[in-house]
Amino acid sequence: MNSKYEVTIGLEVHCEVMTTSKMFSSAPNNYNETANENICEVDMGFPGILPVANMEAVKKSIMMAMALNCKLPEYMYFDRKNYYYPDLPKGYQITQSTEPVGVNGYINVYVNDEVKKIDIHDIHLEEDTASLDHYETYSLIDYNRCSVPLLETVTEPCIHSADEALAFLDSLRRIFLYTKISEARTDRGQMRCDVNISLAPVGSDKLGTKVEMKNINSFSNVKDAILYEIKRQSEILDEGGTIIMETRRYDDSTGKTYRMREKVEGVDYKYYVEPNIPPYKITDELISELKSKIPMLQFERINKYITEYDLSLYDASILTKNIETALYFEDVISKNIDPKIAANWINTRILGHVNKEEISINDCTFKTDDLVELIGYINKGTISTKQAKDVFYKCLDENKKPSVVIKENNMEQITDTNEILNVIKEVIEENMELALSYDPERGRTVDFFVGQIMKKTRGKANPKAAMDLIKEELLKLKK
Amino acid sequence: MSYLDKTLEEISSALKNGEVTSEDLVKESIDRAKKYQEKYNSFVTITEDKALSQVKELDKISDNPLKGIPYAIKDNFSTKGILSTASSNILKDYVPFFNATVVDKLNNCGSIMIGKSVLDELAMGGTGTTGHTGTVKNPWDEKRLIGGSSAGSAAAVASGIVPFSIGSDTGDSIRKPACYGGVVGYKPTYGRISRFGLFAFASSLDHVGCFTRSVSDVAYILDALKGRDEKDMTSLPDDNISYSKNLTKDVKGKKLFYIKDIVDRENYKDSMDEELDEILKNFDGIIKNCEDLGFVVEAVDFNKELLKAIFPAYITISCAEATSNNSNLTGIIFGPRAQGKSIDEVMFNSRTQGFSELIKRRFVLGSYILQKENQERLFLNAGRVRRLIVEKMTELFKKYDGMILPASGSVAPTFKSETIDKLSDRYLLLENHMAIGNFGGFPSITIPCGLVNNMPIGLNITSGIKKDLELLNIAYAIEDTMNYKGQIAGGVKSE
Repeated sequence: MNSKYEVTIGLEVHCEVMTTSKMFSSAPNNYNETANENICEVDMGFPGILPVANMEAVKKSIMMAMALNCKLPEYMYFDRKNYYYPDLPKGYQITQSTEPVGVNGYINVYVNDEVKKIDIHDIHLEEDTASLDHYETYSLIDYNRCSVPLLETVTEPCIHSADEALAFLDSLRRIFLYTKISEARTDRGQMRCDVNISLAPVGSDKLGTKVEMKNINSFSNVKDAILYEIKRQSEILDEGGTIIMETRRYDDSTGKTYRMREKVEGVDYKYYVEPNIPPYKITDELISELKSKIPMLQFERINKYITEYDLSLYDASILTKNIETALYFEDVISKNIDPKIAANWINTRILGHVNKEEISINDCTFKTDDLVELIGYINKGTISTKQAKDVFYKCLDENKKPSVVIKENNMEQITDTNEILNVIKEVIEENMELALSYDPERGRTVDFFVGQIMKKTRGKANPKAAMDLIKEELLKLKK
Repeated sequence: MSYLDKTLEEISSALKNGEVTSEDLVKESIDRAKKYQEKYNSFVTITEDKALSQVKELDKISDNPLKGIPYAIKDNFSTKGILSTASSNILKDYVPFFNATVVDKLNNCGSIMIGKSVLDELAMGGTGTTGHTGTVKNPWDEKRLIGGSSAGSAAAVASGIVPFSIGSDTGDSIRKPACYGGVVGYKPTYGRISRFGLFAFASSLDHVGCFTRSVSDVAYILDALKGRDEKDMTSLPDDNISYSKNLTKDVKGKKLFYIKDIVDRENYKDSMDEELDEILKNFDGIIKNCEDLGFVVEAVDFNKELLKAIFPAYITISCAEATSNNSNLTGIIFGPRAQGKSIDEVMFNSRTQGFSELIKRRFVLGSYILQKENQERLFLNAGRVRRLIVEKMTELFKKYDGMILPASGSVAPTFKSETIDKLSDRYLLLENHMAIGNFGGFPSITIPCGLVNNMPIGLNITSGIKKDLELLNIAYAIEDTMNYKGQIAGGVKSE
């Protein structure tokens, strides 16, 4: 990357809100492959329709605004954004312009191992538009998406690299998932991103000319698009050229961006207050009700895990990727299990399994109680760490409890001193000569006897107990 | 005399007593509609077949005062399976697949829709002359207009085709044609009746209301139509009052006011004519009658500049909202679709062909008003004027139960009359004050109160927000001092 230029990036992230019905109609809001099934007269803008604001979406938007540390308005109300395009059958989009549900917010994110504060300009609730496919002589319109509730999060131009952009997008997505406000699936277009990017010479106090890239539908594409634009714009500037203010489209098949249109004077959307939706008072009661529904989010959890449980940033990040895993972890350690051991088990074995099977940790048959039990057996010395792995996989394969697997496979170690002593007596008698020649300075004799004990007990004797006891018995012979 | 010429109350009891059947009533109503159609042009569509089949299904509907009563509804209401054009070419072939809430409610009552009535194109206009199927004529005098925009609905009641009809009122679109047609025209408190299915003109000013031939008939219709509608967020919760059962003529001690400047002859020195003189005299007489009834009537001062700003504020707000509200009319999803090489061209051509010049002029105005650089000066300032007027009215309604004023300074104009000077005091003060009711969402009613040159004139009464019952009681009492209840064009009376 060219270091002569400082990169400035602002993101506009659209995320569909998970609700039963659409933002302003009673049509269902769910993913539907069949075009034009999730529609009703309101979405289609037929004469005489009126919007009815979806309270579930309104509440979720207030919750998201709080999660992003935004300032809330006193009243929730909507504006009309007027423009003609068939993806918008009413001829206007109902959105929020004068008084968004949240302004002046921020979130902290980890970029690699550093904390970066990303400022949020605003977050507003609006309705999604229909999707259009253009062909040579005709266009097809699918109105399923039309009027699906959409939250648009707009950052300040405070992002300075593709990594920072990605870290923000990932954190934002985690918040949507933690709070269950959205499923935030990029593969279904539920989360889409516009990127504004400009380059200016390092040290310049003015921002460079802004280029906008619209509707990028995956995080890796956002990264590639940013990297490509940095390269493209750097080259132009290096050659003494000027950047044109324009809107570009990222093509993931070529990895390049292409000009869509030059940005002449901003379009005048003639915003005005939507008259059919009365202002809705955001009361203190509502705020505290919604606040109580926001769980501790990823960033705070990471920090808690690092400071309170002494975990590494790496482990803490993995454990907190989704709330289900974090809650699994917290449930395990609440039962007196060492956090590091729990983290190790979850991050390697359990998540390994969950990821391979592509299931949620909640659907994993190996429940928190099973892990607590299993780690307990290790701690008690009932089984070795190596055995524990086998028990774990057997539990998964056979859908059984660890105790059952251990019993069925006769894996329980012999820890009873008398039982081990009986075996020791036998092996000493069988190898009396060697026993008598025992020299505490040379460990090989002990190793041999331990080996014999293991052989006789088919490996079930607790190795440490066997070692301690044989040493004792051999010393007794010396006296 | 036909039962059709009677008031709703009378017809309903005649139906119950078996003096007449709904079928006969509906048939006669349709016959009249067809007979008068060429003369007055009240209808875009006469729904004869549907009406006759619906009347046969009436047994299934439980008893209520509107059961079996024929009615007409303005063609800007969505009616399932029935052409709904808003009297515009842009919707000339549009057949909706859903009913407006008021249509559903009337269906449930067993009222029989006999036709969709003509309006000024998209409800924008006050003459009844701009509908795509032609001009509506005043049943009192074919050389005169009936006013608009609910022209056909007014004419249908005035000519005795139906005992009641449904209209919409954004500035005075029910109350002005009611005045010119000599019938009762009422719009309730904003939100009292759901707007779902009414083709939006200016959402913050639009009201659903009705035409009848008596005040008590309004109460019956309001009972049937009022209430919260989950499809309209601005609709009010039901007040659980029966308006028809609670009407009373006992108004002793109630206080009325009128705005001095609006009826002050001094303001009309240059334009005074015999008609206005008669109307003002009539108004003086009404004040006297009111006082005799026990009302306290007072003249109040109201900032004249504000009054003169009603019309420009109304035009500014309504054109702006109309431009946005009618942006759905593109020919893409419904309505006639024009040819074009691109989506943009299809929309452009559909709209160019579908709207008349008058409508386009309103849209150009509306766009201009909403433009970023003009919004503050035009749209938002108009909103401020509106707020100042509403605040003043709200203040007055704390002290008074109602405001009375002449509904118009003239009788229905002839088609040939010179266009009125829209900057004159006479126009700004006398012809626009009823928009106050729309600005504040105040309930407002016009009742016939006299004849001047054999043409009807009307009295407008407006009350405070949610005071619909108080308003109807005032109107009910005043109506009783005159002899125009049940009036049909030509002076036929049911009593």
